[in-house]
Amino acid sequence: MAATEQTIEQVKNLAEGKYKYGFFTDIESETAPKGLSEDIVRFISAKKGEPEWLLEWRLKAYRHWLTMDEPDWAKLHYPPIDYQDSYYYSAPKTTAGPKSLDEVDPELLKTYEKLGIPLKEQAILAGVEGAGDSPSIAVDAVFDSVSVATTFKKKLEEKGIVFCSISEAVKTHPDLVRQYLGTVVPYSDNYFATLNCAVFTDGSFVYIPKGVRCPMELSTYFRINAKNTGQFERTLIIADEGSYVSYLEGCTAPQRDENQLHAAVVELVALDDATIKYSTVQNWYPGDENGKGGIYNFVTKRAACRGRNSKVSWTQVETGSAITWKYPSCILQGDNSVGEFYSVAITNNMQQADTGTKMIHIGKNTRSTIISKGISAGRAQNTYRGLVRILPKAQNARNFTQCDSLLIGDKCGAHTVPYIESRNRTARVEHEATTAKISEDQLFYCRQRGLKEEDAVGLIVNGFCKEVLKELPMEFAVEAQKLVAISLEGSVG
Amino acid sequence: MSLIEIKNLHATVDGKAILKGVDLTINAGEVHAIMGPNGAGKSTLSYVLAGREGYEITEGSVTFDGQDLLSMEIEERAAAGLFLAFQYPVEIPGVSNTTFLKEALNAIRKTRGETPLDAMQFLKLIRAKAKDLSMNDEMIKRAVNVGFSGGEKKRNEALQMAVLQPKLAILDETDSGLDIDALKIVAEGVNRLRGPERGMLVITHYQRLLDYIVPDVVHVLANGRIVKSGGKELALELEAKGYAEFGVTEAA
Repeated sequence: MAATEQTIEQVKNLAEGKYKYGFFTDIESETAPKGLSEDIVRFISAKKGEPEWLLEWRLKAYRHWLTMDEPDWAKLHYPPIDYQDSYYYSAPKTTAGPKSLDEVDPELLKTYEKLGIPLKEQAILAGVEGAGDSPSIAVDAVFDSVSVATTFKKKLEEKGIVFCSISEAVKTHPDLVRQYLGTVVPYSDNYFATLNCAVFTDGSFVYIPKGVRCPMELSTYFRINAKNTGQFERTLIIADEGSYVSYLEGCTAPQRDENQLHAAVVELVALDDATIKYSTVQNWYPGDENGKGGIYNFVTKRAACRGRNSKVSWTQVETGSAITWKYPSCILQGDNSVGEFYSVAITNNMQQADTGTKMIHIGKNTRSTIISKGISAGRAQNTYRGLVRILPKAQNARNFTQCDSLLIGDKCGAHTVPYIESRNRTARVEHEATTAKISEDQLFYCRQRGLKEEDAVGLIVNGFCKEVLKELPMEFAVEAQKLVAISLEGSVG
Repeated sequence: MSLIEIKNLHATVDGKAILKGVDLTINAGEVHAIMGPNGAGKSTLSYVLAGREGYEITEGSVTFDGQDLLSMEIEERAAAGLFLAFQYPVEIPGVSNTTFLKEALNAIRKTRGETPLDAMQFLKLIRAKAKDLSMNDEMIKRAVNVGFSGGEKKRNEALQMAVLQPKLAILDETDSGLDIDALKIVAEGVNRLRGPERGMLVITHYQRLLDYIVPDVVHVLANGRIVKSGGKELALELEAKGYAEFGVTEAA
C-alpha cells in the first residue's frame, strides 16, 4: 500500500507541468565510440562478458541488417536516420552490475525518485512492515544501456521467479535465455528488430515457473539519459505452464533538440494455461510544438501463445515519442488461446503514430479482441494499422475489433487501416470503427458546470479511453489518466 | 440587494440582432419566468448569461452578485454560482455521472478556496440528492446522459443543480420532452431548491411548467425585448389569449 501511495503521490507532483521528465542527470558515463560496425557489436558483447553463441547471434543479425532496407510502408514522415551518428552503448560509470541498492550511484536513485519510481525497497518495506502484506510492485530500472537496479529480487526468488536484467540472465540462466531468445521475434524479422539483435544492451528478463502466480506487479522503467544515444532494450518474458504474471513498463527521456532512436524488442512466451498481462505507459519525450526533437520509437513486440488455453493481453498507453511505430502482436498457436490488445495512442502537435496489432490465429477456438482508441490533436497524424489473420486450421476462431478515433481541432488526422485475412470458413471476424470530434456543446456543458477547458478535454478524452484504461493495473491507472490529460495540454483554445 | 441585474442587453449572432435591450432584475429568493414565442431570444438570453461563445454583446451590462458577469469566463460564472439547466443536456461517453459531478463540484470549490470533497464524502452527498429525485445508484454510475431518456436527462440536470447549489439557476425549456410524471419529479426537485438565498429564471414556451414551479414574476420576451411583466396570473392570461394579444407574432 505504502509503495502504491508513494508512487501515486509522486506522479501527482510530477503531473502538474508539461513534459516534466525532460531533465538530464549529470552522471559520468562510459560510452562506446560513435557509429555502428562489427567492432561496436563486439565491443558491446565484450562489455557484457557474453558467451560466444550470443556474440555470434549478434554478428549474424548485424550482417543481415546490412542487407535490409528501412521499411517505408507506415504513414510516417521523417528525415532519413543516420545510423552512424548515434552512440550504441552508454552506461553510468559506477554501475558494473550492482548487487544491491547501496552500490547504485545516489544521483541515479535521485533521478528515479524524480520520476516517481519507488526504487528504494527499504523504504517500501518499512511502509508495509507490520501489515504483513507483500509489496505490490517490483521494479527493474534501465538507465541508457544498462539495468541499474532490480528490487524485491529475494522475495521473488522464494517462489522461483526470475526477474533481473537480461545481461544478468545470460550469466545466471543461460539455458533459458538460449532456449527462448529470438524464438518469437527472429533475428531476421524486420529492420529495427534486427538492428536490436545486433546492438541490444539491456532489458528485463522474467521467468515464472510452473503453476506460480506472480504475487506482485513486475515493472521496468526505461530512461534514456545520454545525448545522441540510442536505446535498444530487449525484454524476454516466459510464463511456464499454469503461471500468471502482470508486467508493466514505463519510459521517459530528457528534453533534447536532436531526435533519439529507440528500437526495442519484447518477446513473450506463454505455455499451457499461462497468462501474461503486459502493460506499457510510453511517455518518451515527444518533441516541441514545432516538431523539433523527440524520440523515434520503433518497437517490435510479439507474444507467442504456444500452449493450450494460454492468454496474452497487451495494454498500451502511448502518449510520447515524435514517431511511434509499434504493433504488439499475438501468435495464437495453442488451441483455445486468447490474445487481447487494448490501446490508447495520443498524438499532439507534430507527433506521428502508426500503431496497432497483429493477431495470427493458428490453433482451434482461438479468440482475439482488439480495442484501439486514437486521439489526435494539433497537427498530429494518428494511424491504426492492424492485421487479423485466420489460418486454415483455426476452426471456430473469433476476432472482435473496435477502432475509435477522436479528433481535436481541424489540422490533425486519424486513419484506420485494418487488414483481415480469413482462410477458415468457421471463423468469425468483426470490425467496428468510429470517428468523432470533441464538440463545442460538450466543452460548453463541462465549463458551465465549473470545469476549466483543459480539464474538460482531459475528462472527455479519459471517458473516450475508459475501456482501455480500465485494463491497466490499478496503481498505474491514475498515472495514465493524468498523462492523458497532460499530453493534450494546449490542444484547445 | 439584487442577485442579477441585466441592463439594456443587446446581443447578436452572426451579425443578426437577437437581444435588443433586455432589462431584468432578479432578487435573491425570487423565481422569475420568461415566456415567449419561438425565436423571441429566450435561449439566446440563457446562453449569453452563461457565456457561450458565438454571441456578441453589442450593448448593455449584467451585474451578478456584485460582479461584472460579462467579463467572466464560462467556468468563472459557474463558480460564482450561475447554473444553466440545458434544454438539450449533452452526452459525455465513458465519464460517469459521479466522476463528472465530483470533478465539477471540486473545481468550483477550488475556485472558491474551499477544500475539495473526497470520494466518500462526495458519494454520500450525491446519493442523498439522487434519492430526492428518485434516481437509483445505477443511474448515477452511468455515463453522463448516455442512453438516458428525455425525462432522465432532465432529472439529471436537476441532480447536478442540487449538488452544485447555485445562487442563480436558469432553467432553459426544462419542460420540453417531458411527460407529466417526469415533469412533476423535476419540478419537485427544483422547488426543493427554492430558498431565500437563491434566485431562479425559468424559461418556457408553455404555461404548463408554471403550474408546478409557481413563479413570483412572469415576463414576456418578444422580438428581443421584455414587452410585459406581471404576476403569475400573466402566464395564465398568455395561455388563454396567445402571444398575438401582446402584438407578438411567432417568428419563423
